[in-house]
Amino acid sequence: MSRRVVVTGMGVVSPNGIGISTFLDAIQNGVSGIKFQPLYEELKFSCHVAGKPDFVLEDLKTKNYISEVVFHGLKGTNIGYGLMAALDAWADAGLEYDTDETRWETGCIFGNSVSDTEAMKNVITRVDNKEAKKLGSRVVEQAMNSGVTSYVSGRLGLGNKVITNSAACATGTQAILMGYETIKDGYAKRMLVGSSEYVDTYVFGSFDSMRVLSRKYNDQPEKASRPMSITAGGFVPGSGSAALVLEDLEFALARGAKIYAEVLGGSTNSGGQRMGGSMTAANPQGVIKCIEDSIANSKISANDIDLISGHLTATNADMQEIQNWCKALGRGGDDFPLMNSLKSMIGHCLSAAGSIEAVASILQMEHGFVHPNINLDDPNPEIGNYINLNRLPVSIVKKDINIVAKANFGFGDVNSCLIFSKFNPNDTTRDFN
Amino acid sequence: MTRQEILIELKKVLSPYTLDKEALATIDENTDLIKDLKINSANLVDIIIDAETKYNIEIDYDAADKMVNVGGCIDVIEEKTNQQT
Repeated sequence: MSRRVVVTGMGVVSPNGIGISTFLDAIQNGVSGIKFQPLYEELKFSCHVAGKPDFVLEDLKTKNYISEVVFHGLKGTNIGYGLMAALDAWADAGLEYDTDETRWETGCIFGNSVSDTEAMKNVITRVDNKEAKKLGSRVVEQAMNSGVTSYVSGRLGLGNKVITNSAACATGTQAILMGYETIKDGYAKRMLVGSSEYVDTYVFGSFDSMRVLSRKYNDQPEKASRPMSITAGGFVPGSGSAALVLEDLEFALARGAKIYAEVLGGSTNSGGQRMGGSMTAANPQGVIKCIEDSIANSKISANDIDLISGHLTATNADMQEIQNWCKALGRGGDDFPLMNSLKSMIGHCLSAAGSIEAVASILQMEHGFVHPNINLDDPNPEIGNYINLNRLPVSIVKKDINIVAKANFGFGDVNSCLIFSKFNPNDTTRDFN
Repeated sequence: MTRQEILIELKKVLSPYTLDKEALATIDENTDLIKDLKINSANLVDIIIDAETKYNIEIDYDAADKMVNVGGCIDVIEEKTNQQT
């Protein structure tokens, strides 16, 4: 039997706000979280700006996220971001942290790119200095890629599937999709899903070397992230985490949970690095198929989509992405949905992008608005060949949004797309079985 | 250092690894680190490393095996610090 899956809790650690209410206020007002990073300049990166949450690791201890014993020896910021977002989502869903029993009905799917290369640096340095004996017991859990899911499941006693996924920029949306499928297919009643990414110099140094990072706005950090702009000059590093609590609808209703939205479906695939796809570029056919499959298995029509939360990183790929959306939806010109890119405000949070953008998507439905694309004062005029430029709002639009498509496309030619809708208990337009 | 002096210092080494501060305050030579102080067994390694740093000693595998209760910890620390003087 197939089930309906709803979102009952959210948590976010974003460069422009930690916590749902601060983040909501930021995206409504077009607040940039991009700041000058002295360390990037010192390291002679071409890009000197990035989005980094205003995050204090000690809060994990002082605000009851974890015990002081678990906190002692915790160095990994990536784990810190993930823990905070996940536990905030859990609390937002009205659930208690502490339990003596294992919660067999609840699992966790959380993704990241790499565990935490600064934590790894400590390992490498000590081993090379012949000091392996001094590493201690806390290194492996922080260096392993499943560090976040282990800390989260251990804190909350989660006993269903606990999976760490990794699919580059598609990681966050893919984690949510996998959690949705787990509940829909009856394997779990509740899934805590999301992703995290720490903006560390070893990861972004590599992107800097590829010359794909923004470098022309180092003296104006808030202007640096310019998706779809003619003056876009590469993406801005971002970081953070977001998490969602997904639940079986009947299970959520039975406990009187607040329902933010419904996950109607989605798809994740790969273009196979063929037909124009490569390690770094998407195969357009793969992207189009991913979007089409998402629409089909969500049992909606392409015309039902009110808003696209695009991948749109501020590279040359933005133009291609818009063309792909037009083909996949069979819509263009004035008929194209409204579209925005959260990356204009927070940069590209890599693995965390999909989950943070998903939270933004759901907040826009809940509060009836479309957040602005900031820095889009000079849109690439070629976009006008495909869609009316007024489809890309530059200031907040107050509007009822019923269905959002949230997609991310990542290195390795991997794609992921989700369809969220407002929750309507009396929805009879779709056959949910 | 007397055994009592080592015990007082040992409390500081053990402190970050136990949530049971009451039990820690009343430890004696028979206190078991895992059963009585509820220290995670993996953390015994960290306690050994911290003790090595604090007393500037090296604790080998055989000696480390004795560090399961407070008395055993004191034996090892006493023996290793005496070797140095």
